[in-house]
Amino acid sequence: MATIETPTPKVDAPRPAPGGPVRTTGRWSGYRYLLWVRLLELKREPEIVFWVFGFPLLLSLGLGIAFRNKPVQTTTVAVIAGNGADRTVAMLGGSDEHSSIRSSVLDRDTALKGFRFGKFDLVIEPGADGHYTYYYDPARPESVLSRAEVDATLQASAGRKDALATANHPSSEPGSRYIDFLIPGLIGMSLMNSGMWGIGFSLVDMRQRKLMKRFVATPMRRSDFLLAVMSSRLILMVIEVGLLLVFGMLVFKMPVAGSVVTVLLLGGIGAVAFGGVGLLTACRAQKVESVSGLINLVMMPMWIFSGVFFSYEHFPAMTLPFIRALPLTALNDALRATILEGASLASQSGRLLVLLLWGGISFALALRWFRWT
Amino acid sequence: MGSPVECTNLRKTYDGKLEAVRGLSLHIAAGECFGLLGPNGAGKTTTIEILEGLLQPTSGEVRIFDHTWSDNPRQLREWIGISLQETRLSEKLSVRETIELFASFYHEPRPAEAVMEELQLTEKADSWVGKLSGGQKQRLAVATALVGNPRILFLDEPTTGLDPQSRRQLWEIVRAFQKKGGTVLLTTHYMDEAERLCDRLAIVDHGLIIAEGTPSDLIDRLGGHHVVEFVVGGDGHALEQWHGLPSVESVRNEDGAVCLNVREPHLTIPALLDAVNRQGQQLEHLSTRQASLEDVFVNLTGRHLRED
Repeated sequence: MATIETPTPKVDAPRPAPGGPVRTTGRWSGYRYLLWVRLLELKREPEIVFWVFGFPLLLSLGLGIAFRNKPVQTTTVAVIAGNGADRTVAMLGGSDEHSSIRSSVLDRDTALKGFRFGKFDLVIEPGADGHYTYYYDPARPESVLSRAEVDATLQASAGRKDALATANHPSSEPGSRYIDFLIPGLIGMSLMNSGMWGIGFSLVDMRQRKLMKRFVATPMRRSDFLLAVMSSRLILMVIEVGLLLVFGMLVFKMPVAGSVVTVLLLGGIGAVAFGGVGLLTACRAQKVESVSGLINLVMMPMWIFSGVFFSYEHFPAMTLPFIRALPLTALNDALRATILEGASLASQSGRLLVLLLWGGISFALALRWFRWT
Repeated sequence: MGSPVECTNLRKTYDGKLEAVRGLSLHIAAGECFGLLGPNGAGKTTTIEILEGLLQPTSGEVRIFDHTWSDNPRQLREWIGISLQETRLSEKLSVRETIELFASFYHEPRPAEAVMEELQLTEKADSWVGKLSGGQKQRLAVATALVGNPRILFLDEPTTGLDPQSRRQLWEIVRAFQKKGGTVLLTTHYMDEAERLCDRLAIVDHGLIIAEGTPSDLIDRLGGHHVVEFVVGGDGHALEQWHGLPSVESVRNEDGAVCLNVREPHLTIPALLDAVNRQGQQLEHLSTRQASLEDVFVNLTGRHLRED
């Protein structure tokens, strides 16, 4: 059925306006000013600039240094004093891996106490007849490793020959280190944070200050207002993503396998998706205190499950489908695939679909429930 | 062209219980300054927000220049300027930026410079809103309403909390707007503001108009333009006895003092002194003053405008 467009009724101005000379503004003047003012206000809030741009950089710097690849893993062991103790120390020190095992001779009580407090990874008790007892903790990975290493060293110095010839190829190339895993995760987390706080919090703040009500009391188009909010988010997104990428490349020599345009497109989709979730979170709340709680509630599961700092693959297999359905998981996976493996947008349609569904559904619900006053 | 603001039988019920407005009708003529005077909680803000198209009435009709809010809201918004009771404008924008932002929403706004000049904000053009005084902030709020070049100005409690000088400055701004042909609707709980600024006013209490007219009309209806207030010692005396004094229109007790509304105090006072003498009582206090809108309100409701 054809719809007939009803023309806007032509209304004559009721009487000359009292104000005197006027100028004429264009269709988009409201949008342009709203966007301009939002960026201006941000620029004038040093704390916000720090939390949006500075904090993720500091976090990546701190974690990058903390988890940098340590040169050699050493293990610290105690040898219980008695017959054969000195010989044991000599056997451990005598191997060609001596730099990785540090041993000290102690009496039985001191050695076991030190082990309980985590000072030693392993306690070795040489027996009189040349047999050895290891005290280790099967639940502590360092202790298990230490036991294997010490045993191999002792056996080798006692004359055991390796049955197989093996060769080692250590891998700490850029691209497979922890920092390379971390930076795409931080980009995702930063997009979530600023989408939720930058949109959710700021809208409720404007509502609480009755500024939103004051705006809708003017001829401002509501769509222009929301469009300006989203546009400012996208502009900030480019800066956020760009800063973290450049920082990772310069400071940690992180390689970017995929194209920067794809990364920015992903960033844009992520920013819009979290913008929608932020808008939904903020659609009714009247007080900033209540929206702060809601924002934390929404973000908490994603901080934990979406693999920002560590791979989510460690969670039980049955939870993985739910974890992958979270928007931050989809964004982080997509960013990692693009940055680290050079994946194209087209190869990630599943993840993009997750993001678009979150963004689209929450945007639609938010517009329906949004409270302007 | 219809009247700038007209409403019939407005009702607003919140959550099906609280009746904020209970059948209120108004007709405001072009070029007049109309005031809604009443105590806090009388329903003034609810009424003005319904007229501004920010709240839906539960029933009743609003017409702005003969248009309803549903036919052409954008056009109506171009014609009106609003200052809400409480708006916290962004603190980190300058006065000029704030006015320009509001100007950008209108099709034919006035130049920001002209508005700042008129509201004595030119000196503060580049100051941040957060640094302004209360009076300057309130003038800026009115500036954001005037920059759209409105035909009607709605002001909700425009001078609450301001110092006397800032209040007078604001009154001047309202008068200047009116002089150029603008129509003004304001709410206030200050009787002096209503008396000096408004051509006509409606006294609102519990969501209803209990009296309407020019300030002098309303005072005329009290009967006497003067109030004689006195306190006599001794045991309580019936108020009715003072009705018999010459030229007295009405009598009421106010915190132990007797208040007489009087047409001609020079006839009442000698008779009052005689009566007190005759009864052998002591006059502890005697004063006279012009009757005000406050007296009108107290006469109508038995309460003061500001219960504090």
